[in-house]
Amino acid sequence: MKSTLKLALGLASAIFASTAVSNVAHAEDLTLCWAAWDPANALVELSKDFTKETGIGMKFEFVPWTNYADRFLNELNSHGKLCDLIIGDSQWIGGAAENGHYVKLNDFFDKEKISMDDFVPATVVGYSEWPKNTPNYWALPAMGDVVGWTYRKDWFSRPELQKEFKEKYGWDLAPPTTFDQLKQIAEFFQKRQIDGKTVYGASIYTERGSEGITMGAMDLLYSYGFQYENPKKPYEMEGFVNSDKSVKGLEFYKALYDCCTPPGASNSYMGEGVDAFKSGQVAMHMNFAFTWPGLQKDENVGGDKIGYFVNPKGPDGDQFAQLGGQGISVVSYSDKQESALKYIKWFANKDVQAKWWSLGGYSCLNSVVKDPKFPSSQPYAQAFLDSMAIVKDFWAEPSYAPLLQASQKRFHDYVVAGQGSAKDALDGLVKDWTQVFQDDGKM
Amino acid sequence: MLNRTADNVARATPEPLAKKIRGISDKGLAWLFISPTILLLLAINIFPLFWAIYLSFTNFRANRPNEVVKNLGLANYQRILGDHDIWIAMQTTAHFVFWTILLQTVIGFTLAWLIDRKFRGHAFWTTIILVPMMLSPAVVGNFWRFLYEPQIGLFSYVVSFVTGIPPTNVQMLSNVELAPWAIIIVDTWMWTPYVMLICLAGLRSIPEYIYEAAEVDRASNWRQFWSITLPMALPFIMLAVLFRGIENFKMFDMVNLLTGGGPGSTTEVASITLKRQAFESWRTGYSSAFAIILFVAVFGLANIYVKALNKVKQR
Repeated sequence: MKSTLKLALGLASAIFASTAVSNVAHAEDLTLCWAAWDPANALVELSKDFTKETGIGMKFEFVPWTNYADRFLNELNSHGKLCDLIIGDSQWIGGAAENGHYVKLNDFFDKEKISMDDFVPATVVGYSEWPKNTPNYWALPAMGDVVGWTYRKDWFSRPELQKEFKEKYGWDLAPPTTFDQLKQIAEFFQKRQIDGKTVYGASIYTERGSEGITMGAMDLLYSYGFQYENPKKPYEMEGFVNSDKSVKGLEFYKALYDCCTPPGASNSYMGEGVDAFKSGQVAMHMNFAFTWPGLQKDENVGGDKIGYFVNPKGPDGDQFAQLGGQGISVVSYSDKQESALKYIKWFANKDVQAKWWSLGGYSCLNSVVKDPKFPSSQPYAQAFLDSMAIVKDFWAEPSYAPLLQASQKRFHDYVVAGQGSAKDALDGLVKDWTQVFQDDGKM
Repeated sequence: MLNRTADNVARATPEPLAKKIRGISDKGLAWLFISPTILLLLAINIFPLFWAIYLSFTNFRANRPNEVVKNLGLANYQRILGDHDIWIAMQTTAHFVFWTILLQTVIGFTLAWLIDRKFRGHAFWTTIILVPMMLSPAVVGNFWRFLYEPQIGLFSYVVSFVTGIPPTNVQMLSNVELAPWAIIIVDTWMWTPYVMLICLAGLRSIPEYIYEAAEVDRASNWRQFWSITLPMALPFIMLAVLFRGIENFKMFDMVNLLTGGGPGSTTEVASITLKRQAFESWRTGYSSAFAIILFVAVFGLANIYVKALNKVKQR
C-alpha cells in the first residue's frame, strides 16, 4: 500500500514538474504577427533555427491580406498583447511610431552594432524610418518587396507570334521597356487564341476594398510624373497630384484596364493576379515580387515558361515602382520585449538573411543582395534588384488610412466604373487629401 | 421531490433573511428577476448607444488613442449632411430598399397565394422555396459570386443561352449598370421566402366562412381576392415590408461579399460607407455621427410606418 502511495506521489510530482517545465517554456514563446502568404511560411521554416539556438519557441499569427490591416491595427490600437513581434505594413510606420505601438530601436541597434547602412537604403526609408529620412528607427527591414511584372516567356518566344507582332508594331516582341510598349503587347494578346484557349493581355490591380487599385495605379503614375507634394513645400498637392502628367498616367491606367484585362477583373489584387497568371489567362501580370518564387515553381507556367521585367518607363523616361514589403518591429505592449529583441538581433544576422533569401523571403541586407552570385541565384533576382533601385512609396503618414481610402475610391470610380474624367478623379483626390491633412492640423 | 427540497431550503434559511424575502412585494420580485436582463441590455445596447452619441460630437479616432479628444459640437453632423458622397450612398441604399422590397413583396405574396391553394406536393415545394433563407449570407454571397463569374459562372451561360450575348460580356459584378441588379437579384432570391412565410400566415388566418359567404353572394374569384384576400392579408404584408425594410436599410454582408461597394462606388450603400469611415479611415467620431443619423432615420421611418400599420389593422 505504501509503495503504491509512493508511486502515485512520484507520478503526481513528475506530472507537476513536467507541467511546470512546459509552462516555463510556454511563457518564453514569442508570437509573431504577419500576413498569411508564402513568405510567412518561409519565415516559419527559418525561425526553427532561432528556437534551436535560443530555446525560445515561436508562435505565428498570420491573417489573410484582406483582413491584415483591420486585424492588427485593431490589436495595436487596443494595446493588445497578442503580438510580441509584428511585421507591419510600410505605411503603418508613421502611425505606429506616433502612437507608441512600436519600440524605438535606435539604442538597441547601437548596442548590438546593427547598422542601417548595411541594408538597402530604400528599404530603410520605407520600412524603418519615421519621420522619413531621419535616423529614427522603428523596425528592421524584413521583407523587401516591390511591384514588378511577369510574362509568358513561352508565348513571347513563339516564332509565329513574333512574326505577326513585328509586322503589326514594327519592333520585336520582347519584355516592354516603356508603358506604350506594354500596352501594345497587351492589345496583341487580348482575346487571342493560344493552344485553343482565349487569353488576355494583362492582369493589373483593380481591387477596391483595401489598397489594390492604389498600388497598381501609383506604380504607373510615378513614372508618368505624379508627385505627392511640392518638394519645396510639404503638403502642397495642387499641381503635383493632379498635374497634367498625372492625369495622362491615370488615363493610361484606365485605357489598359479597358483594353487588355480579362473579363470581370474589376476587383483584382495579389491573389486574383496570381490566379489569372497561373491559369494561363494572361500574357503579363503585375504583382509584388513576393509572388515570383511561387510562380517560378509552378508546373504549368513556371520554369522556362516565365520571365520577369521591371516596371516600364513613362513617356518622359522616368521609371519608378511601387514599394511593398515590411519591416519587423517589437510591439511596445509585449511583456516579452527582451526575447523579441533577441529575435531581431538573430534575424539581422548575415547568415540568417542569406538563408531567408534561399527559402523564398526577400532579404534587404546589402551583403545578401550585393553578393556577386545574387543576380544568378534565382531567375527573378535581377528583376528584383533593379526594381528595388527605383522604388517609391505611398504616404507613410499617421493618417495613411483615410489617405488610402480616398485614393481607392477616386481611382476605382474613374478606372473601373468609368465615372468622370481622370482630371476629376485627381482633383477630387487633392480635395480629399487636403481635408485629411487639415483635420490633422498639418495644413 | 422538488417540494421537499424547497421545504428543506426554506427551513435552512435563517429567519432574518426569510423575513426579508417574505417582505418582498410582487413588483420587487419582478424587478429582481428581470434585473439581470436589464443590466445586460444596458451594458451591450444602451451604454454603447450613449457612448456613440458622445463620440459623435468629438474628433475621436480609435487609431489615435494618445491624441487629445476635442469637442466639435455639431461639426460632424454638418459635415455628413453636406457630404455629397454620403447622399449618394443614401440614394443607393434607397434604391436597394425600394427594389428589393417591391420584388420580394410581389413575388413572396404570389408564392404564398399559390402555396395556399394546397395543391399536390405543396409541402415539398414550400420546403424547397424556404432553402435560400436558411443559408448563411456568407455562403450565399460566395455562391453567387461564382455564379456571376463571367468566364466560368453558370449565370453568364444561362443569360448567354437565352440572349445570345457572349458569356464573357455578361459581367454582372463589374458592370456599373448591372452590379446593383446583381445584388438585388441575390437578396430577392434569398429573402422572398421570408416574405412568403409571413404572407402565408396572413392568408391562413382568413376565416373560411368569409369566402363561403362571398360564394353565396356570387362574388367572382377576382372580387374575392381584391375585397377579402388582399385587405385581410395587408397587415401581414405590411409587417413583412417593415422587417425587410429595416433589414435592407442596414444591408451589409451581401453587398460586401458580392461587390464590396463597387464597381467604383456604384453599390456603396450606407452601411458600407459607415464601415469604411469607422474601420478603414478610423474616423470614429465622424462615423458615430453617421451611425446616429442612420439610427434616427430608420427609427423615425419605422415609427411612422408602424402607426400606418396599426391604422390598417384597426380597419
